[in-house]
Amino acid sequence: MEVLIAIAIGTLTACGIYLMLRARTFPVILGLSLLSYAVNLFIFISGRIRLDAAPIIADGPYTDPLPQALVLTAIVISFGMTAVLVIMALGAYLTAGHDRIDTEDQHAEDQP
Amino acid sequence: MSQLLILPVILPAALAGFIILFARNALAVQRAISGFGTLALLALAITLIQAPTQSYFLGNWPAPFGIALTLDGLSALMLLLTASLALIVLIHSIATGWDAQGRHFHALFLFQLMGLNGAFLTADAFNLFVFFEVLLIASYGLMVHGGGQARIRAGVQYVAFNLLGSTLFLFALATIYSTMGTLNMADLAQKLPLVGADDTGLIRVAAVLLMLVFAIKAALVPLQFWLPGTYANAPGPVAALFAVMTKVGAYALIRFGTLVFPGDLPALGGLLAGLLYPAALATIAVGAIGTLAAGALPRQIAFAAIGSMGTLLLAVSAFTPEAVSATLYYLIHSTLATAALFLIADLARTRRDGLTAALYMAAAIAMAGMPPLSGFVGKLLVLDALRSDPLAWTFILLASLLTMIGLARQGSDLFWKAPNTEAPAQSKAGVLLCLAALVALTLAAGPITGWLGQTAAALDAPEAYIAANRLGVAE
Repeated sequence: MEVLIAIAIGTLTACGIYLMLRARTFPVILGLSLLSYAVNLFIFISGRIRLDAAPIIADGPYTDPLPQALVLTAIVISFGMTAVLVIMALGAYLTAGHDRIDTEDQHAEDQP
Repeated sequence: MSQLLILPVILPAALAGFIILFARNALAVQRAISGFGTLALLALAITLIQAPTQSYFLGNWPAPFGIALTLDGLSALMLLLTASLALIVLIHSIATGWDAQGRHFHALFLFQLMGLNGAFLTADAFNLFVFFEVLLIASYGLMVHGGGQARIRAGVQYVAFNLLGSTLFLFALATIYSTMGTLNMADLAQKLPLVGADDTGLIRVAAVLLMLVFAIKAALVPLQFWLPGTYANAPGPVAALFAVMTKVGAYALIRFGTLVFPGDLPALGGLLAGLLYPAALATIAVGAIGTLAAGALPRQIAFAAIGSMGTLLLAVSAFTPEAVSATLYYLIHSTLATAALFLIADLARTRRDGLTAALYMAAAIAMAGMPPLSGFVGKLLVLDALRSDPLAWTFILLASLLTMIGLARQGSDLFWKAPNTEAPAQSKAGVLLCLAALVALTLAAGPITGWLGQTAAALDAPEAYIAANRLGVAE
């Protein structure tokens, strides 16, 4: 189980970083999403893997509830951030006519 | 008294929500609410800076189980600096009509202040992440305020860079939580010295990851690439407000470097200081060379800001009380000087008359660290704190010279070769207020450095901060 999750997180991170390094906005957004999936899994298992246990302190077996609260926060934030990035990338694509991620430095400052 | 601690966070949040719900089309009402909020934050910060170190427990959950906000000298100082800068920026953007060039300027502005204040107050590392995201998401909106192709494309880069930083932040926090079982900073400070040999490697990885995240925020070389494009393309007043955003990274580095990962921690040793020192030297060099090489004024100011962050972090990397005290003085100065230059660049875009040139000269003198303004005092304090380090002296002094040459050349190009007095004059109230704050910082250097010395001493011995979190009470 540990090995499986470790491999999953590693693969997601590697794919995410590869896509992040692309020159167009769409792969970059996909890469960031994969990275956020990887980190969400990573946070989730930071409370250790435990089967058949409720995240409530009780007499029986229980699992650490805090990582679950943390991962919920992280999911909501990364979801919102991805939405913002998609809208901005779309705006950049529609105004510029292409979706390259790099910018020209020289003429950028003289606009109102 | 301790109930006041939550106000710097909820007041701007409530006002911003009110603007979105009830005043989305009434600019005059928005301006009034925004002005009221900023003045109230300033009054709050002045009250809180006189208060002793104390904590506020959200929902009255005891730390480390609930989230605690802790106020100490450093937090209060950053609150006061943010509120003062916010007032200057707000006056400038209202007087020059920037806030009317797109929708929701005031709501985003208040959300930005909420995120900044929260980041400076929180005593919980995960909560710090949440407030980082609050201030970032507001800054994404402010950054593309007014629109335009170049600005939106620079904005996409800025967002992507910071999302990557957020991911690293989460990796670091999860690593710390899985090893230590807590994310309260005071609790971490108590438990980290007891960490076993098995977990030392994980703690070192997490500490370096956290430092990387803060270095992205502080624009430390080689993580500075987002800054010039962002600052040069952001609207003038927004770039001025962003002057405090790099200082959030510096604040977090100081907080973690003194409280959570102090230099005498057996698991880390001098790891952080050893990494920070060469990076800060490189940052100074890149900032100075960039100031010489940059074309347009906003990009040049962005590089000068990178250089000043280098000087600041070089002093931080020493982590002595004397160096931290010098850092804090230089931090106040560098925020105000960068903001003043960005506001002047905004004015000089349309009209370049004699008065603007004179204001530019004053701000450039402050930025380069020449007498008589506070940049000189700040650099003197930093050099004095690093007295036994000839390499740091060489870098700081040479960088000052290069920055001065770069800014002087830009000034003569801009104001002598291409003067422009046809456009209508814009209000200079924000710039004048900013320069007045710099003059006040210079005149009151004695009492201010005295107070900063006490703050730095309290950071060096954080017993009061830890005690304020009342960790043992719940057990």
